[in-house]
Amino acid sequence: MRYLVRRLEFFVVTLWAALTLNFILPRLLPGGPEVALLTRFHGRIQPATIKSLEVALGIRNDQNAIQQYLSYMGNMLRGDFGVSLGFYPQRVSHVIMLALPWTLGLVGTATLIAFLLGTLIGILGAWRRGGILDSVLPPIFVVTSAFPYFWIGLICILVFAITLGWFPQAFGNSSEVTSELSWTFISDVLWHSILPAFTIVLTSIGGWILTMRNNMITTLAEDYIKMARAKGLSPTRIMFQYAARNAILPNLVGFAMSLGFVISGALLVEIVFNYPGLGTFLLQAVKNEDFSLMQTLFLLITVAVLLAVMVADFLTAWLDPRTRERG
Amino acid sequence: MISVKPLLEVEDLTVEYATDAGPVRAVDHVSLDLTPGEFVGIVGESGCGKSTLLFAIARLLSPSCDVVGGSVRLHGRDLLGMDEEALREIRWRDYSVVMQSAMNALNPVLTVGAQLEDTIAAHESMPARSAQERSASLLRLVGIDPLHLKSYPHQLSGGMRQRAMIAMALIFTPDLVIMDEPTSALDVVAQRSLMLEIKELQRQIGFAALFVTHDMSLVSHFSDRLAVMYAGQIVELGDTRELFRDPKHPYTSALMASFPSITGPKEVLQGIPGSPPDLLHPPAGCRFHPRCPLVEPRFRIEEPPLTTVGNTLVRCHRYGRDH
Amino acid sequence: MGLDVRLVADQSAIQAEAARPEAGGLHIVGRALLGNRKALAGVIILGIFLVLAIIPGMLAPYDPHAQIFAQTLGPSREHLLGTTGNGQDIFSQLIWGTRESLAIAIIAGLLATGISLLIGVSSAYLGGLSDHVLSLVTDVFLVIPTLPLMIVLAAYARNGGLAVLISVIVVTGWSYGARQLRSQALSLRNREFLDAARVRGERSGYVIVFEILPTMTSLIVANFLGVALYAVLAAAGLQFIGLGNPSDMSWGTMLFWAQNNGALNAGSPLWAIVPGLCIGLLGAAFALLNYAFDEITNPALRPVRRRR
Repeated sequence: MRYLVRRLEFFVVTLWAALTLNFILPRLLPGGPEVALLTRFHGRIQPATIKSLEVALGIRNDQNAIQQYLSYMGNMLRGDFGVSLGFYPQRVSHVIMLALPWTLGLVGTATLIAFLLGTLIGILGAWRRGGILDSVLPPIFVVTSAFPYFWIGLICILVFAITLGWFPQAFGNSSEVTSELSWTFISDVLWHSILPAFTIVLTSIGGWILTMRNNMITTLAEDYIKMARAKGLSPTRIMFQYAARNAILPNLVGFAMSLGFVISGALLVEIVFNYPGLGTFLLQAVKNEDFSLMQTLFLLITVAVLLAVMVADFLTAWLDPRTRERG
Repeated sequence: MISVKPLLEVEDLTVEYATDAGPVRAVDHVSLDLTPGEFVGIVGESGCGKSTLLFAIARLLSPSCDVVGGSVRLHGRDLLGMDEEALREIRWRDYSVVMQSAMNALNPVLTVGAQLEDTIAAHESMPARSAQERSASLLRLVGIDPLHLKSYPHQLSGGMRQRAMIAMALIFTPDLVIMDEPTSALDVVAQRSLMLEIKELQRQIGFAALFVTHDMSLVSHFSDRLAVMYAGQIVELGDTRELFRDPKHPYTSALMASFPSITGPKEVLQGIPGSPPDLLHPPAGCRFHPRCPLVEPRFRIEEPPLTTVGNTLVRCHRYGRDH
Repeated sequence: MGLDVRLVADQSAIQAEAARPEAGGLHIVGRALLGNRKALAGVIILGIFLVLAIIPGMLAPYDPHAQIFAQTLGPSREHLLGTTGNGQDIFSQLIWGTRESLAIAIIAGLLATGISLLIGVSSAYLGGLSDHVLSLVTDVFLVIPTLPLMIVLAAYARNGGLAVLISVIVVTGWSYGARQLRSQALSLRNREFLDAARVRGERSGYVIVFEILPTMTSLIVANFLGVALYAVLAAAGLQFIGLGNPSDMSWGTMLFWAQNNGALNAGSPLWAIVPGLCIGLLGAAFALLNYAFDEITNPALRPVRRRR
């Protein structure tokens, strides 16, 4: 029970912190939010827009700070994120819904593949200490993980799109293919996603390989592994049911916690490929100083990571009888 | 003495660890036989190589550690030369292992039942139902309610866990059970009752036991023969009663004095002065000489051979030919 | 991930003892640098960049800003890496760009490590409610996605220069280390030598600085390397999307200009390749050192040596 309360506290506090950051930041600008916004956007947008931006940021002249904070929180919890400046007069939630499916499809799938594949390679590498997966791959991935995601994307474009011409260089689909639920469209989308997905997998897999390998090595020194060998169990059973299943436990929550970092890198990859997902919209938001969109994206990704942590918590509890009892 | 064909023959077994500072010889030319049904204890301080010896016999050494010489034969078959596949066939059927702490030796994420059943499944194909029944009867054998088949290791008490592990070791009624301090995780009273239980199971089933402990008094009433190890070598090997009555090696006497005797008169316990030797740089001559009360100058240079004195083997200069 | 390293079973423990005569302290740092090939590679790369950062004027042939050459020239004797779409010498830009990238990594690394230490160690040392609150704050910062937060922060404080960039990286980068340092400090808290210090009547501050910190040297160094790597990548990302100061000379801004000029398609791919390569090499230097450290402090992770 105490465990559950602690986790709940963590989720609520994180969400609150993200929301509050969004509320406070505009107020830290020199001259206060209104002055700063008016000078910055002077002449570029109509007064009505300023009004709706003020709603999004919780700025109301007739209220004191606490009242503003409360009504802002109310708006956020209702899912009212105001109007996007860059895509005026679209609502922020509408803009995000345009981009979200692309990102979920590309970044979500690629991240999951990287995690599963990386975990598997980590398991096999630790199992065969001294083999290729153990001695060659880890140092290579230590080096590749030090390169910016987006730069790897640039190199992939240079090699596979520009030089070899195997894959399209940019965008989520070809302009000549109509967006409908047809095989032509789907295959076109898949075709466009291969290179960015490959980039994301290539850059994020190293971390999973290394952490899983190191956990496995620690686990393989446990007595229950020795016992399993003594019992004459088959190597695959020892590897998965005895070693990997124990070694992965701390990794699940770790995976979820670091998802924010991975998604961040993946968003930059989207930018490089001009992929119509959240990353590209985030760049647009930066260029347009579209604060409401930027902040909502920040919020959205925070919530996504929190959801992932929650799922990982459940998975861990499902796999580990000891945490099940603490919960 | 009627000569019985030995069950286990360990000959000149030598085991080394690879370390950054060079090889460390943890087991040094150890020879030891076990006849069927025999209970042999191996005693010594921690770090003397007794556990390494066990794991070398059981073919369970870590990768950094290897047998560099000698042989191990079970039923006359060479264990060390077997490949993993062939070894897997006889593991647990011919010999099983009981470890020091069941908390560490049982997989924390599988139920006790699952860990019994996967062992059965690894060696025999039988319907899940009969495997369950077999597991239940094994738990009953060691006095655990079969309800606990559904329990996870952390849900059992320390004593129950150890007994569950012993039950596991007896699945195929093997001829040899190798035990690495199976009682040391328990308190004194529980230790004693578990020892009695092990002895009773041995009487019923008839397995031979190779039993490692640092506590000499624990095995005094249970083992047929006792091997005392120091710095990777056997320094004394003989009949348990004989050894307790007349310890020949000064280290054996020192070990005996450092543990309370259950039956004997009250005595002041003595620790052994000094500390076990650094196996990376073992002392020259007799390895015990830095701590030996009876040391003579010559002992610091010449290494004593293992000598037969009556029915006992002793590695001590005082029993050498020229003494 | 920062997991407690459980003690390996008896056999490896012997090995670990033999391999580690003195645990903790600067010995490990020294050994890490000399004894390990990965560490050595890291040190060499870092050393080269350090030289470039200190005396770029003596090594770069031209003014990196001057747009005085023909555009998108290929590599030649005059221009080792060719010229940019704006007619600047890429090789000179690369050398001059080292300074800012390296400065960000080191300054942000030091500051974030300082915060990690402060929060992690006091959290472990104080215990109770303070520990609970500080751990919670740490976890919140750990889980909040850094890039979008960095973008929001940097966008609000636009054109604040290098200081803003570094603060943003520090704010988003300290939490991981704080968590690791907390768990190590926690394991130290009840050690005897600390009790001894308390019995002597030393104050908490003294105990933390003179008794706890020295035993944590290797983790602190590893933590610094981790943040430095993060800082290199984060700065590059922010500058790449235009949140640095575009008139600064750094590898990240080079990439920004290369991307905005479509360098890949416009015939000057080196403009985009080399700055990224340098970012990666600098990052790899930190990552290799960090990895070597892991191996040295946890012998079980080292490449296996076999007897035969």
